[in-house]
Amino acid sequence: MTEITTEKARIGAPSAQPFINGFTEEGESLSPINAGTKAPLAGDSAKSHSHGGGVGIPDSSRAGRLTSYKLADFKPLTGLEEDWRFTPLKRLRGLHSEVLSGAAPTVVVNGPEQVTVESVGRDDKRIGTAGIPEDRVSANAWENFAGATVVTIPSEFEATTEISVDIEGTSLEAAAQHLVIVAEKFSKAVVVLNHKGSAVVSENVEIIVEDGASLTVITLQEWNDDAVHASSQQAKIGRDAKLKHVMVSLGGDLVRVTPSARFTAPGGEAEMFGLYFADAGQHLEQRLFVDHAVANCKSNVLYKGALQGRNAHAVWVGDVLIRKEAEGTDTYEANRNLLLTDGARADSVPNLEIETGLIEGAGHASATGRMDDEHLFYLMARGIPEDVARRLVVRGFLNEIIQQIKVPSIEERLTDAVEHELALTDN
Amino acid sequence: MSTLEIKDLHVSIETEQGTKEILKGVSLTIRTGETHAIMGPNGSGKSTLASTIAGHPRYNVTSGSITLDGEDVLEMSVDERARAGVFLAMQYPVEVPGVSMTNFLRTAKTAIDGEAPKLRTWTKDVKAAMEQLRIDADFAQRNVNEGFSGGEKKRVEILQLELFKPKFAVLDETDSGLDVDALKVVSEGVNRAHADGNMGTLLITHYTRILRYIKPDFVHVFVDGQVVEEGGPELADRLEEEGYDRYAKGAGAAAAPAAAQA
Repeated sequence: MTEITTEKARIGAPSAQPFINGFTEEGESLSPINAGTKAPLAGDSAKSHSHGGGVGIPDSSRAGRLTSYKLADFKPLTGLEEDWRFTPLKRLRGLHSEVLSGAAPTVVVNGPEQVTVESVGRDDKRIGTAGIPEDRVSANAWENFAGATVVTIPSEFEATTEISVDIEGTSLEAAAQHLVIVAEKFSKAVVVLNHKGSAVVSENVEIIVEDGASLTVITLQEWNDDAVHASSQQAKIGRDAKLKHVMVSLGGDLVRVTPSARFTAPGGEAEMFGLYFADAGQHLEQRLFVDHAVANCKSNVLYKGALQGRNAHAVWVGDVLIRKEAEGTDTYEANRNLLLTDGARADSVPNLEIETGLIEGAGHASATGRMDDEHLFYLMARGIPEDVARRLVVRGFLNEIIQQIKVPSIEERLTDAVEHELALTDN
Repeated sequence: MSTLEIKDLHVSIETEQGTKEILKGVSLTIRTGETHAIMGPNGSGKSTLASTIAGHPRYNVTSGSITLDGEDVLEMSVDERARAGVFLAMQYPVEVPGVSMTNFLRTAKTAIDGEAPKLRTWTKDVKAAMEQLRIDADFAQRNVNEGFSGGEKKRVEILQLELFKPKFAVLDETDSGLDVDALKVVSEGVNRAHADGNMGTLLITHYTRILRYIKPDFVHVFVDGQVVEEGGPELADRLEEEGYDRYAKGAGAAAAPAAAQA
């Protein structure tokens, strides 16, 4: 595709430089404000002043963001906040301002019998182990959720079929939802969150990947056109554990997914993939955070989106933080957007924050553009009509993400869903 | 029997410095069964001719005509030209991410023939053609040209030539960047496609090397957007010995075009 903007940076291990003022042996002395933050998770990671939210000078480091389980700690949104500046608050239908008392979408879980599914109350000890709200909408859900669904993959159990979690909304009253997914030690599983129906819901998903476990979480947003959905999906990744997170947003009026991966022990790996297809008037936003808080972890992020129609809007913000302790980190993140028509808008912001130079690699890239004329010419020069050629190119572009899912039935369904979106282009 | 006729073709492109005329009146007639070699130094407009025939949007035809059996090719869209039987083997085939060769070949064949090929014979045909061109079977599963070497890309172009069976094939420097073995394999492919006698070939090349394997009936020498000399295969031999230098001294002074294909 045509790359309008491309930014790339690779940072390797530093050479043995003589000491320079302001520089340590590892490189420039960055973000002293983060010094001392050790534990990467939840309340512990919150800096001492973070509950203040606006007390003093807001700090620009991703680690300094306010986190709290209490709604009251977050100020009412104005839309000027860094993490809300792209979101049309008026279309949130009260997720940020009202008591979320509506009925939560129903949750039905299907999977191997070894996997346990529990409906638990707010006081369950697993709640709050992997996540802590980082924004007002998430905190609002935390304050209001009535009960949670906990899905546990027992230790050393390797699921051969996927675990599907069907989340179906039937009401447009603002609601709160809470899910906890626990992959116990050395287990292996694929969990699919199917969001469908109509809902106005703020959702917190806590994902715990224990030591040596390998978990794939696929979150599909195939809502009806009227749905509004905010989903904070926070994962805690243990020693030598692997998380693959695949996000697909196709349906809904406004869908804002904020996945994060936090490494808590060395040897962890996170792969985060995303696919979105925004049509006229749709707002699809995704904000990621990868927190390299410990040494020798790997992360790879790739999000791809197609946009078509007037006021189709996609937002991608990818924050990667490599803390001082995270030596040996290897990370890369990229976002690609394909604008299929006039009137669509994609915002893409890759952020890389590096506090140590002793890393394997760190890079980011972003490109947003129209379809490459040379691709079209090549296909058309083989007799393929333009509309078919365009579809082939878009399908190919998005296929890279679909291929990552590796659950044939879902791959097929998403391929069809993309076809359906593309068929709309022709009209 | 078909005829591709190019008459007094003038083509320009838009550059940052303004409009630049590249083809300055090219006339050429190719009939089924004939092989025409177009030779010339870099920048003489050879590839422009190839891309213009295929309908690349970068090139503007300012005057002249291209017809296929009397039909106005310039009026056709890129895909219509291909379906009418014009095939361009590209100098730099592009990579199309996420589109598998299998899917691409079948989609193109369906478009060109107007109906889907019979699955069983088609799969067999593709496999056989790939074997003859010494293309690994796993290429079928890979994305179009993605990660292929220069030589592999050229072989895949000729694979398409053999499968799509066009009336006219334009080979745009298919030989460049190929080692001798690959050159032989590719040439054999072109000769196979030519053997039925249902195809005319326009072979564009900088070097005479490929003409040892593909025998041209006519040779046209291109300099500065014009044909400056025409002849039979013996002209290629002369070029091999003398190079293009004598044309460079002044296109106007070169021998008047012999109406070789008249």
